[in-house]
Amino acid sequence: MYVAAKGGERAIENAHAWLAEERRGDSSVAEIELAQIREQLTLAVDRVMAEGSLYDPDLAALAIKQARGDLIEAIFLVRAYRTTLPRFGASRPIDTTVMACDRRISATFKDLPGGQILGPTFDYTHRLLEFKLAADGDTTPRAEATVASLEPVPHVMGFLNREGLIEDPPAEDIIPPDLTREPLELPASRALRLQALARADEGFLLGLAYSTQRGYARNHAFVGELRIGLVAVELEIPELGFAIEIGEITVTECETVNQFTGSKTEPPQFTRGYGLVFGQVERKAISMALVDRALRWQELGEDNVGAAAQDNEFVLSHCDNIQATGFLEHIKLPHYVDFQSELELVRKLRRAASPEARRDAAE
Amino acid sequence: MSDYNFAYLDEQTKRMIRRAILKGLAIPGYQVPFASREMPMPYGWGTGGVQVSAAILTPDDCMKVIDQGADDTTNAVSIRKFFERTAGIETTTRTSEADVIQTRHRIPEEPLTEDQILVYQVPIPEPLRFLEPRETETRKMHALEEYGLMHVKLFEDIARHGAITTSYAYPVRAEGRYVMDPSPIPKFDNPKLSMAAIQIFGAGREQRIYALPPHCEVVSLDFEDHPFDPSKAPHPCGLCGAETSYLDEVIIDDVGGRLFVCSDTDYCETRRAEGHRGDDQVSETAA
Repeated sequence: MYVAAKGGERAIENAHAWLAEERRGDSSVAEIELAQIREQLTLAVDRVMAEGSLYDPDLAALAIKQARGDLIEAIFLVRAYRTTLPRFGASRPIDTTVMACDRRISATFKDLPGGQILGPTFDYTHRLLEFKLAADGDTTPRAEATVASLEPVPHVMGFLNREGLIEDPPAEDIIPPDLTREPLELPASRALRLQALARADEGFLLGLAYSTQRGYARNHAFVGELRIGLVAVELEIPELGFAIEIGEITVTECETVNQFTGSKTEPPQFTRGYGLVFGQVERKAISMALVDRALRWQELGEDNVGAAAQDNEFVLSHCDNIQATGFLEHIKLPHYVDFQSELELVRKLRRAASPEARRDAAE
Repeated sequence: MSDYNFAYLDEQTKRMIRRAILKGLAIPGYQVPFASREMPMPYGWGTGGVQVSAAILTPDDCMKVIDQGADDTTNAVSIRKFFERTAGIETTTRTSEADVIQTRHRIPEEPLTEDQILVYQVPIPEPLRFLEPRETETRKMHALEEYGLMHVKLFEDIARHGAITTSYAYPVRAEGRYVMDPSPIPKFDNPKLSMAAIQIFGAGREQRIYALPPHCEVVSLDFEDHPFDPSKAPHPCGLCGAETSYLDEVIIDDVGGRLFVCSDTDYCETRRAEGHRGDDQVSETAA
């Protein structure tokens, strides 16, 4: 006698218990602490904050621990928590000119006011595994200057703009919509696009940006400026009539200068791409700026060459890794019913196409 | 339970979803955009259906959750537990006892009543999506009632294969206006779409809700000379002997033996409790 499979509930409970055990790993090894993740895996924490779109290093560290280091899973945990939080106001736009820069470089000018600050970068390291790190733990030398400059650092774009060589910053006189409170409607304004890109998957943006460099809507980008550091977040308090600082966040900002030979509507000038991301997430900020610029083809009167990075709807519909991973992985769920109807259909079509059926039809 | 609001979502979000539902009911088959929230389960696991259920549940409701027609599939268990935990409501596996039934991929065999609501989980709400990938285009096509592309697709199926090759998520037209995706139910279930209960379709990732009011006219697209054919496996259920229920094919050994059983587990159990028996025979060949 056949008995239909039962026990989904028990299977789930057991799976969860096993998962918890695997997360802990070998119990003879000390359990990792959140502070260790927060302090020593900072770039992972930054990525989780950026794509989780919630600035909270402790929660990001918790999510990374709970997700066993799977960053997309950690981002999902943060997003699901974020969505339950009440909105009690919107901050004033942050001012990156007064950023306390840890890092600030320009690839377009050798020297400039504010100087080039290399900061904590992998750029010129030799990628050789440091076996000493494995053997003796922390033996790293202390850096000489680790305190960020507190002087305001003017933006490189401002120097170019004085000569009128670069377009004015495209202004949109709208209150930016909130992607997380209103459904995404297409085509999207630039404000909404940038919002989506800021929390988009780093890998997806990297691939798109790279494709523009290789000729799929090439936009000749120079890193006009890349800066990383702390900025103040201010909130307007209606009862007080002025804004107060409620905290500081680290952000990465990238502005690209893009060559542009002019179009029917615009004179030859340099144009802009913009990237801004929570934390120190350099690769993503640069990618975002390149993709932003590629998406601006219409407004600048450029040709649509049919490249993926130019396609507003394509980019915005597929850049969110929580949506993407959910839909991709859901095909693991049972599909017996649909598959059964496909089985019946294929059997029916095969019967109709069989040699006997064809012979019958011929007669 | 005290950590979260009743049924998880906050009341503002529920209000937003209820507005979308009311609009959907007023325009059968029209896809209403809504500000879908990130839920504590992944997109693709029924977040649209869960949000709809959360917005319509009341503390006195009794809920049933099925996936592939069964109450015991892992994801149905998980969603049922979610509402037990966050709403503290009563749950059931009996179709007739439920006020709200959330489903993935099936309509229960037992006819539903005017006192019930059927909530569908929808992966891709747009019936034209695989003919035209752009949302900006498909919205225009719906607005202009421009469904020629769909008819051409169905016609080409017949020209090439002698039959329409869509066997699930078979497109329908609601009240003679909007072409609608009934979610990936087998086309066998399509005739049940005109029913007494309210039907609400939630697509979380795609941020759309649509609905069918009670006794709405729902027509599966077809041609006069190729009428719609709600087919199923040509067998009775091996367990309860039902001739008219949708069947799952279960492989029971490694020499091609298989058994056909009701996909609706409550329907099958109820029939067996009433004394119906199938022949439990393995059919040797599938075709």
